[in-house]
Amino acid sequence: MTGGGSDGLAVDAEVRRGGFTLAVSLTAAPGRVLGLLGPNGAGKSTLLAAVAGLTPVSAGRITLAGQVMDDADAGTFVEPSGRPVGFVFQNYRLFPYLTVAENVAFSPRARGQGRRAARAAAGHWLDRLGLADLAGRKPDQLSGGQAQRVALARALAGQPELLLLDEPLSALDAGTRLDVQAELKRHLADFTGPCLLVTHDPLEALVLADRLIVLEGGRIVQEGTPARIARQPATDYVAKLVGLNLYAGRADGAQVKLTGGGDFVVADQDARGDVLVAVRPSAVVVSTERPEHGSARNTWPARITGLTLLADRVRLDLEGQPSALVDVTPAAVAELSLQPGSRVWLTTKATDLEVYPRVDGQAG
Amino acid sequence: MVTFTAPSRLTARERARRAARGGGSRSVPAPLLVPALVAVGFLVLPLIGLLIRAPWGRIGAALSGADATQALVLSLWTATTATAISLVIGVPLAWVLARTSFPGQRLLRALVTLPLVLPPVVGGVALLLAFGRTGFIGQYLNSWFGLTIPFTPIAVVMAETFVAMPFLIITVEGALRSADQGFEEAAATLGARRMTVFRRVTVPLVAPSLGAGAVLCWARALGEFGATITFAGSFPGQTETMPIAVYYALENDPDAAIALSLVLLLVSVVVLVSLRDHWLRGGSVS
Repeated sequence: MTGGGSDGLAVDAEVRRGGFTLAVSLTAAPGRVLGLLGPNGAGKSTLLAAVAGLTPVSAGRITLAGQVMDDADAGTFVEPSGRPVGFVFQNYRLFPYLTVAENVAFSPRARGQGRRAARAAAGHWLDRLGLADLAGRKPDQLSGGQAQRVALARALAGQPELLLLDEPLSALDAGTRLDVQAELKRHLADFTGPCLLVTHDPLEALVLADRLIVLEGGRIVQEGTPARIARQPATDYVAKLVGLNLYAGRADGAQVKLTGGGDFVVADQDARGDVLVAVRPSAVVVSTERPEHGSARNTWPARITGLTLLADRVRLDLEGQPSALVDVTPAAVAELSLQPGSRVWLTTKATDLEVYPRVDGQAG
Repeated sequence: MVTFTAPSRLTARERARRAARGGGSRSVPAPLLVPALVAVGFLVLPLIGLLIRAPWGRIGAALSGADATQALVLSLWTATTATAISLVIGVPLAWVLARTSFPGQRLLRALVTLPLVLPPVVGGVALLLAFGRTGFIGQYLNSWFGLTIPFTPIAVVMAETFVAMPFLIITVEGALRSADQGFEEAAATLGARRMTVFRRVTVPLVAPSLGAGAVLCWARALGEFGATITFAGSFPGQTETMPIAVYYALENDPDAAIALSLVLLLVSVVVLVSLRDHWLRGGSVS
């Protein structure tokens, strides 16, 4: 496969669309998958459109392998057809009137190869993605997983330097999603250029991406490895996605005063200033009597406002100082006769609290 | 005080229908039924009259008369040429109207579709004033190239194109507007320049509407009368198309007129059948 240059992709730009402004600065390294995670309307697709040249930037610039693709200040712009970019769209956008083979041969043909060479290139990619048997089919005769692979083959057949994937698995049903995801991961590993993957599914992001950028409201709110983002979410949105309780507060040694009320004793003695505290719902213990108060423990009263059954456990929605989501076993619910309105005590060990500095602009 | 109506008969079949599809009585009230039947009669009876009066035994002879054959051949090639011209210049115009925006675009669209509602004879007069021997364009064609358009087969093609092309333009423009532009974006990211996108994506996507528009355009051109007779006259073999031949034959050779009318009726039925998916269900491109 062809690869990116030494620089990969660099975006430092603003895209204004109506009342919405996307302002990001990011780089994507060759051979790595950069995941873009965020809620609907965060600007993920807008960012892909800008990189592909479907939407010009309003300010700033985009470079790929050292070449300027779009520079608002200098007034230069490379048309989408002139960018070495492969785009896998959310609904694939396979040409309905062409066969699978013709779809895959489209890009080599459009980029100037002869009919025969384009067909050979398509054949190569069909073989490589295990689609040779489907070459003569029309897109409406494909399953979701097959269509996804054809879309990937079509994008790769143009020998792009950069791959853009817009929610590549969202059109699939849950049953096939995991298989296709594993397969996609293998194919992405073969690609030597940078790859941008948009998703709003945290699992997809954790599995497929080497590095993650969280976008909210057109801005980057967190950036890092999937493992770090899953452990130390910077915003409520990410915390909810990865299933953690998240609190903002001010740390002073082992004491953290929470912005929303309440305080925690934490294990990290060095923390100072604005911090975030993340707690797993399973790391909080519920009891009906006030427990013995150990020095390295936090205990506070709360009232149950909701119960939800999740597979093998029950998630309690609790209101207190601070409020929390807590997971308990169904047996515990029965033994302690927990129900909405019950008053309980919550306990969590100081060592179970993940404390980390809060960067400016992050929500609590 | 509520009064109940007396029960009426409900057949088992009607019971089954109402149970299966829901809804109430299907009988049509007389104030609606009578006018509806009058309308059907008004539209269908003349066509039946045409079929009854047709000289079935001598239809071949009537059509093989020199004038009839000439009219048929002339009509077929002029309508086909007018359709081809409409495709070559009308489809690009439809694209411009659908995909770009510029000041005065609404006015342009109105002007372009004006021939749809303009009495064809007015179109003929307008063409004559523009391209006639002393017309504001015709005088130069005449003095510079020695070209005289009125009352020639070229005039027939021009009159037919003038009247029929808007049918193609509005059909294709509508299809272009409703076509998913995501496919065109995808083509651009695959390296296709704008003309390649048009040729390999836009046109295939609107192909059904393109076909329907072309058929509609051809049928309208084939039936053209007013603009043609005004601008091109009625010289047998030169400018006398089928509708014009029918009109003149009615005086001295009614059998030939009826036979030619039947041919035009047949063509219309074929056109209607070929457009049934596109037109009769009121749907657009799938």
